[in-house]
Amino acid sequence: MTEYNGEIRKMMIILSKATIENVYAAFVLANGARMEGIEAEIFFTFFGLEAIHDKKLEHLHVATVGNPAMHMPTMLGGLPGMESLATYMMKKEMDKLDMPGVREFLDIMVASGVKLWACRLAMDMFHYKKEDLYEGVDAVIPVGDFYKQAAGVGVHMLFI
Amino acid sequence: MEKVIAGQTIQVNEEGYLTDFKQWNKEIGAELGKEANLDLGPRHWEVISYLQNEYKNESPLSIRKIGKSNVVDIKEFYALFPQGPLKTASKIAGIPKPASCL
Repeated sequence: MTEYNGEIRKMMIILSKATIENVYAAFVLANGARMEGIEAEIFFTFFGLEAIHDKKLEHLHVATVGNPAMHMPTMLGGLPGMESLATYMMKKEMDKLDMPGVREFLDIMVASGVKLWACRLAMDMFHYKKEDLYEGVDAVIPVGDFYKQAAGVGVHMLFI
Repeated sequence: MEKVIAGQTIQVNEEGYLTDFKQWNKEIGAELGKEANLDLGPRHWEVISYLQNEYKNESPLSIRKIGKSNVVDIKEFYALFPQGPLKTASKIAGIPKPASCL
């Protein structure tokens, strides 16, 4: 602690969800770490895998049901087309802020040196193959290997 | 606060960013580069002038924008300024610390 004054050296982010707000939270945190000279790695597990699934990553949605911050009655949020509408509106706001789309954001992270790992167990569960994934994914690894990656001083782990 | 660098007195904030870009010159930039443990080559200077031009045009900087600048791609930007490229390069360029999260 004294040696590094408690500074953060590496962020290990576990992304387990594929709703757009969670995916962007993980991406902004990882990219933001790199911008500060902090290392960053993301472990995609369970539904988080959709964010690196080549055919799905551009079709992620906002959750309109079970999300009190949407200020929308749950029944209404479940109506057909509601998720698409909310997603469309959120993407429009993101555009205004110059936020990249999911694929471009992945490209930016890879170019910035963020490591991307896919969870072995979740891959098997969803019957995904490495070829199904975004090309910048480093490897499919078991959770134990992700912990090995996390070895060192000033490493923080975050579950989303 | 005042700082003496390359034989000149400049005004910087508590994080070491110049508070008046007009005080910047290449000698100061080179010294600031040394402080960041960087040996600045031609590619560094090209990026630095690009950042300064964007600042003069009051155009906010982000990693995404730099990637689309046609001056440098993101990978090379990180290779040139490995420890927090946008902040390091801005400090050397004598422009304010970028406020962008992206």
